[in-house]
Amino acid sequence: MRKNFGPAYTMPVAAWITGFFVIPLAVIFVYSFLKKGIYGGVVWQFSLDAYTALANRGLIVVAGKTLFQSATATILTLLLALPASYFIARSRYKNVFLFLVIIPFWTNFLIRIYAWIAILGTNGFLNGFLMSMGLIPEPFQFLYNQYAVIVVMVYTYLPFAILPLYATIEKFDFSLVEAAQDLGASKTQSMLRVLLPNIRPGIITAVLFTFIPAFGQYAVPQLVGGRDSFMLGNVIARELTVSRNLPLSSSISVVLTAITMIGVVLFVNLQVSAARNTPRTREPA
Amino acid sequence: MAHDTRRTSLFAFVVTMVFFYAPLLVLVLFSFNESKAMTWSGFSLRWYGDLLFHSRDLWHAVGNSAIIALSSASVSTLLGTLAAIGMYWYNFRLKNYVQVSSFLPLIIPEIIIGVSLLIMFGLTGMRLGLLTIFIAHTTFCLPYALLIVTSRLDEFDYSIVEAAYDLGATEAQTLLRVIVPVSLPGIIAAFLVSITLSLEDFVITFFVAGPGSSTLPLHVYSMIRFGVSPVINALSVVLIAGSVLLAFSTRGLFKYLIRN
Repeated sequence: MRKNFGPAYTMPVAAWITGFFVIPLAVIFVYSFLKKGIYGGVVWQFSLDAYTALANRGLIVVAGKTLFQSATATILTLLLALPASYFIARSRYKNVFLFLVIIPFWTNFLIRIYAWIAILGTNGFLNGFLMSMGLIPEPFQFLYNQYAVIVVMVYTYLPFAILPLYATIEKFDFSLVEAAQDLGASKTQSMLRVLLPNIRPGIITAVLFTFIPAFGQYAVPQLVGGRDSFMLGNVIARELTVSRNLPLSSSISVVLTAITMIGVVLFVNLQVSAARNTPRTREPA
Repeated sequence: MAHDTRRTSLFAFVVTMVFFYAPLLVLVLFSFNESKAMTWSGFSLRWYGDLLFHSRDLWHAVGNSAIIALSSASVSTLLGTLAAIGMYWYNFRLKNYVQVSSFLPLIIPEIIIGVSLLIMFGLTGMRLGLLTIFIAHTTFCLPYALLIVTSRLDEFDYSIVEAAYDLGATEAQTLLRVIVPVSLPGIIAAFLVSITLSLEDFVITFFVAGPGSSTLPLHVYSMIRFGVSPVINALSVVLIAGSVLLAFSTRGLFKYLIRN
């Protein structure tokens, strides 16, 4: 019998992930059940204060906003990404077009947000253009509202949705659509009832890649959002760094993590059942 | 193929491309603008001059980013590869724990990772700086490195390891002559992905960085907060050009990685 070196190979990762991921998560979990200290720390005394504080009306509104903004961004992203990736997959120049999707995908995240500030800001390109045309007398505030947050999130996540959708549409056997049409289905019917169900795994991946990071978003609302569009991520940061309410910051973190994990599990289950029910992709040659 | 479907999809594609590139083109155009304003007043390269010669803090941040990216990508690739090999080669009790706990960082919101590390660094009295950024980056790169090398090894027939043993190879020989060469494309990919993730990261770094340890994304963030600046326009163009060049130059590399 050979010696089992498995634990030795794996120990460094196990130690690292435990020390810098599992324990920090455990710490915020414990902190969420403690009392807030007067000067910003925690008092080591069991309390549900941080959870009862979640029922605060302001926080519920923020949670609703977070859900609304991330869901709207996801839907808009899909509405653009589905036909666009269909076009790329059906095109003769798919390599060129994919390349065009990958460039914004690789451009720095903050630069992509900044591009919108440069366009929509009060001193931005759009205001300058509209004023030089004499269409508006003074700069209009396009930024710092929920629409700006949604537009920038769509911009940020669109490549993440197009790439998995492209990958599934590319594998789809289009003779099935032709067959449906030969059997009397209309063009719309053949798209909605043959193509769409068959590319469900791709759609679910696209939703997962868009909705989950959008739901936990911090930077976009921080930079282009206003008071009406702050999300849970921003409240966590505010409670931690401004109000110094560690237990509350921790309890919101726990809830955000729980919702995200439930979301991922639901999507992955959908994914598995979709993959099981859609064997109709082209056999590899 | 149906004409109206083609027209609708062409329309969506054109909208997507305009949506992608119009903002980037505006940045490119105004990086050559003479005045500070976002209205055109004449061609000039002065903002590129400013970026090169009058942005010491920015270049300091670039240096920090490079140090962090190289060190955290190296450590996470090394540790991730070791763990992937160990879990491919052997079965043991720790395996399940590592699989689950190293998958979770992939799905947990970035802000939670940043906040929990910040709280823990506070608790242990660690001074925030390059070291804490390095720790954070290695933590979020490790799961990717592990995943990439594991998926490379999964495609690979285990009987070749057994064959190496049957032919008298020792553990070390099997590791260095069989397993490492086989996983090399995965190791390279893991390193490149880790570097990219590290250079890109803003949210987690934002929480664990201390005074004087700004990385490029943090520096860009602090500049953006003061609104439109022509120097950021110039920097954006440099970074966009960088991603175009990277996309071109890595095409060959990706073909190599996919082929192997």
